[in-house]
Amino acid sequence: MTTPKELGTYAQNTWCPGCGNFGILASVKKALADLENDGLDLNKVAIVSGIGCHAKIADYINVNSFYSIHGRVPPPMTGIKLANPDLTVIGHAGDGDAYGEGIEHLIFSAKRNIDMTFIVHNNRIYGLTTGQFTPTSPPGFKGRSTPKGSPEDPLNPVELMISSGATFVARGYTKNMKHLQSLINAAINHKGFSFIDVLQPCFTFFNTYDYYNERVYEFTDQDHDASDRSQAFVKAQEWAYGEGERIPIGIFYQVNKPTYGERLLAGRVPIRLTPGDIRPVLEKHI
Amino acid sequence: MEEISILIGGKAGDGTRQAGHVIASLLNRVGYRIFFYDDYPSLIRGGHNFSIVRASGKRIGAHKNTVDIIIALDQNTVENHKDRLNADGIILYDSKKAEAQGLGIDFMDIVKEFGGKPIMRNTAAIGALAGILNLEWSVLERDIKGSIGKEVDLNLQIARHAYDGIEAPLKPLPKLDQKPLPLVTGNEAIALGAAKAGLNMYIAYPMTPASAILHYLAEHENELGVVTVHPESEIGAALMALGSAYAGARTMVGTSGGGFALMTEALSLAGQSEIPMVIAECQRAGPSTGVPTYTMQADLNFVINAGHGEFLRVVLAPGDAEEAFYTAGLAMNLAWKLQIPTFVLSDKHVSESIFSFDPELDKVKPENGLLWNGRGEYKRYLDTESGISPLAFPGNPEAIVKVTSYEHDENGITTEEPGQIARMQQKRLRKRKALADELNKFDTVNIYGNPESKTALLCWGSTKGACIEVAEMLDLKVVQPLVLEPLPVEPLKKALDGVEKIIDVEVNATGQLAKLVAGQGFCIDDMILRFDGRPFTVDDLLGNVKEVLS
Repeated sequence: MTTPKELGTYAQNTWCPGCGNFGILASVKKALADLENDGLDLNKVAIVSGIGCHAKIADYINVNSFYSIHGRVPPPMTGIKLANPDLTVIGHAGDGDAYGEGIEHLIFSAKRNIDMTFIVHNNRIYGLTTGQFTPTSPPGFKGRSTPKGSPEDPLNPVELMISSGATFVARGYTKNMKHLQSLINAAINHKGFSFIDVLQPCFTFFNTYDYYNERVYEFTDQDHDASDRSQAFVKAQEWAYGEGERIPIGIFYQVNKPTYGERLLAGRVPIRLTPGDIRPVLEKHI
Repeated sequence: MEEISILIGGKAGDGTRQAGHVIASLLNRVGYRIFFYDDYPSLIRGGHNFSIVRASGKRIGAHKNTVDIIIALDQNTVENHKDRLNADGIILYDSKKAEAQGLGIDFMDIVKEFGGKPIMRNTAAIGALAGILNLEWSVLERDIKGSIGKEVDLNLQIARHAYDGIEAPLKPLPKLDQKPLPLVTGNEAIALGAAKAGLNMYIAYPMTPASAILHYLAEHENELGVVTVHPESEIGAALMALGSAYAGARTMVGTSGGGFALMTEALSLAGQSEIPMVIAECQRAGPSTGVPTYTMQADLNFVINAGHGEFLRVVLAPGDAEEAFYTAGLAMNLAWKLQIPTFVLSDKHVSESIFSFDPELDKVKPENGLLWNGRGEYKRYLDTESGISPLAFPGNPEAIVKVTSYEHDENGITTEEPGQIARMQQKRLRKRKALADELNKFDTVNIYGNPESKTALLCWGSTKGACIEVAEMLDLKVVQPLVLEPLPVEPLKKALDGVEKIIDVEVNATGQLAKLVAGQGFCIDDMILRFDGRPFTVDDLLGNVKEVLS
């Protein structure tokens, strides 16, 4: 059995002290170790990350990884999952990747309901480029590119994902690690496109710990029916990434639908396909 | 030499292309070799579409300006093309839709007599054509049965009536003693070559003139053992392809210049991460949207130089369907052996024209890259003498496979250490030697015409067909590099040894191959460039070359 510690690598961790990414890294490692206990083969796990502070997670976890480019996390994930449907594919993206540069890929992943897990490290700031506003920064946010305040309202990715067709939509918070880990476990176990927006404070450029600590609350299936799309939208609209007194975290929406792989591949496994005979095909050209 | 050229034209939606295919098939069946040129604007209804079927006793790879028969389904066809007609040529026209000097038949009247649809005017025209050419009815019957999916009996009745209506065969065409060959477009040949070389996944966003690769593979998925995917964009396609190849699937993407522009970030990622990537780039007239359904060879510089940073790539430029088949197979195998991006650089004139197809099928087969032997700890970027690191794929119980867009150490962990950076860059570029060895296994430069001639036509891609015919007429040599990156300098030197005059022939405005070759010290004496979206015809080029030589 692999312990979370053994899932680490020799790469030197360069996140700032206090960074919310540590909470995600620890949760993912613990989730993987738990899932391995339940029978998940870690050699069949592939993680994909984008570019930004979040993306270093590819260097920090000792499993198969594809350290992609900014905004392009879902396409390699899709390629991996289609080529070999036996693999468990987990994506890590920043809010810049997921909701800015690569948003069409995210929407299409949800639309297709491809069976993979997508975790957004949402610090609502560009950290690695040292502090600009992102698609989920609050209105009026003063960053280095918007010293007079952001002129845009934030996106609500939870709402966006429910409307785009994702079949598992959740929000977590890095400080609530046990809760986050349970979300990750549930997301990986869900068959279909699983999306988790993780509130991840950036200690250096946008320290939101106090703000979240005062407002975040966990909800459960006792007080929310996640199979009800209308209820899911109402819950998602409780907090729109701007002002607000209460920020719900938990599973907003979860339903079962056929996956992209099931519909497109119909049982075929591309890496095991062998070339057909082209002669009969050519006969039709005469 | 026996040969005939037939032009059929009408409005978009009249079905002239399909009719042209039937005509090509008829002539194929009576022993002729075919070249089929399709000319259509970027619209769905109206406008003016025409196709030229040229049939010859010998292999051909180009059409002529002049034709022997024009089949006009509308007046535009008569007006636009009557000057093409050879001295003893015939215009066969729809007498309800057009006026002309020639043979007018009321095709619609025949169609109505049997209760057919307007699209079946084509069938009547083909029936009449078969009569004019004195083809046996059985040949036409077989073709109609084979090529028309719906209402076969009705079509047969219409064709027979029109066939019988021709009293005297005005242009009897002798039957030749040659076996019919498959009629295949360049795009179909790319699809078949890639599939034969073990293509598992084809991922593409539609873009003319590359879309037919996607259509063809989607239609033949099960027979060829390929999964096709139509994703959200070319960016998505290229990045998906990298994910899929990382997972171990032999993958190809296909697009035209504008779509390839969107793929360039993925191209650099392929360079850095050493993930095999195969790209079919079918050029059309640019810049930007340009002229979507017309041809150009203007993306050569772009494809050779695309992507930031320095990395190896291979660019192969097929000049006909057989070369499209071979180069697609080569591109697949080279990408996996060298772990680099490879290109099949086609253009509309190769991609969408139809050729008689007779390759050595077994020359193309899947060749594996260097696979990990399972011993010791797996390192994705093991620094080897050849620069090629053994491949393993996620799911391997003994290996952890880490690929990355960052500069990295042998395990695929990010590095910013100067020694590592330089070492990895050298490792990747060191594969140049192994690549050269691979390229030495086949003819990277083709020679046609008179090999002793002191004058050579230098060409690439689709201009090959016209160049060969002109060279044969004027006793010149043709030199066609099949590989354009890395430029095969030594084979070019050999091919041009003893040549005193090099005439560069390209379908672009600046002579991109000429500049590449000149950069290696070759002296280009003249350039014949065409950049009006149309390919060189044999007679056009003959005139151009004669002018340069006089």
